[in-house]
Amino acid sequence: MTITRRSMLTLSVGAAIGVVAGVRSGPAAASAEDAMAKVMEFAGGSEPATGTITLDAPEIAENGNTVPISVSVESPMTDGDYVESVAIFADGNPSPEVITFNFTPMSGEASATTRMRLAKTQNVIAVAKTSTGQVFMDKKEVKVTIGGCGG
Amino acid sequence: MAAVKPRVKGPKSASAGEVITIKTLISHPMESGQRKDNDGNAIPRQIINKFTCEFNGQMVFSCDIDPAVSANPYLEFTAKVNEAGSFKFTWVDDDGSVYTDEKEIALK
Repeated sequence: MTITRRSMLTLSVGAAIGVVAGVRSGPAAASAEDAMAKVMEFAGGSEPATGTITLDAPEIAENGNTVPISVSVESPMTDGDYVESVAIFADGNPSPEVITFNFTPMSGEASATTRMRLAKTQNVIAVAKTSTGQVFMDKKEVKVTIGGCGG
Repeated sequence: MAAVKPRVKGPKSASAGEVITIKTLISHPMESGQRKDNDGNAIPRQIINKFTCEFNGQMVFSCDIDPAVSANPYLEFTAKVNEAGSFKFTWVDDDGSVYTDEKEIALK
């Protein structure tokens, strides 16, 4: 490849972005292992199954400061069988915990929506625990254009 | 800090057994504890760490909140209405303050 004026420009711009990104990396992020450890702790030893739980998050979040997420779990929500709690984790934030929703049969449905911060592109994980001891999990990758943890 | 103002939106009436959606928002900076001020000192964490919703004294929905929740925390959840009564919403701040709001609901 011959080095043209154009390719040289592209390269130098790329390098400059790399340097800026490096300087701005900010506080140490939780690793995916940390997040999984939290998930397993929440699950209380049982292996989370997929399905039943749906996590809704945007594919691309322009602003990591407010990313809308909603979670819903299919459940009869009766006294004998209901979703006790749903925890949301993010594997690239400074700490993986985001929020834990606690439901009761009075909730009628196991669904909730909130807005969260995402420091960078990462996986958002939702884990549900039912009163009968079942554990379900869903995971979504959210691409973040501008991170939302200050610094 | 600007005055913390809770807001709740939900139907005024519902038929017995209906599942209604309630939306809440509270103005709060949700200082994560990760940010630094201009002198490089860490700004201490101050967030709403707990939210609960009770109906006629019975727990309906609650959540434990971590700093990863956005400023002015917004929550949307459902509740099953079997009788007329009042919802009580409570937000707990890291500094110990408790903010509450109430909402009446009638049966259709």
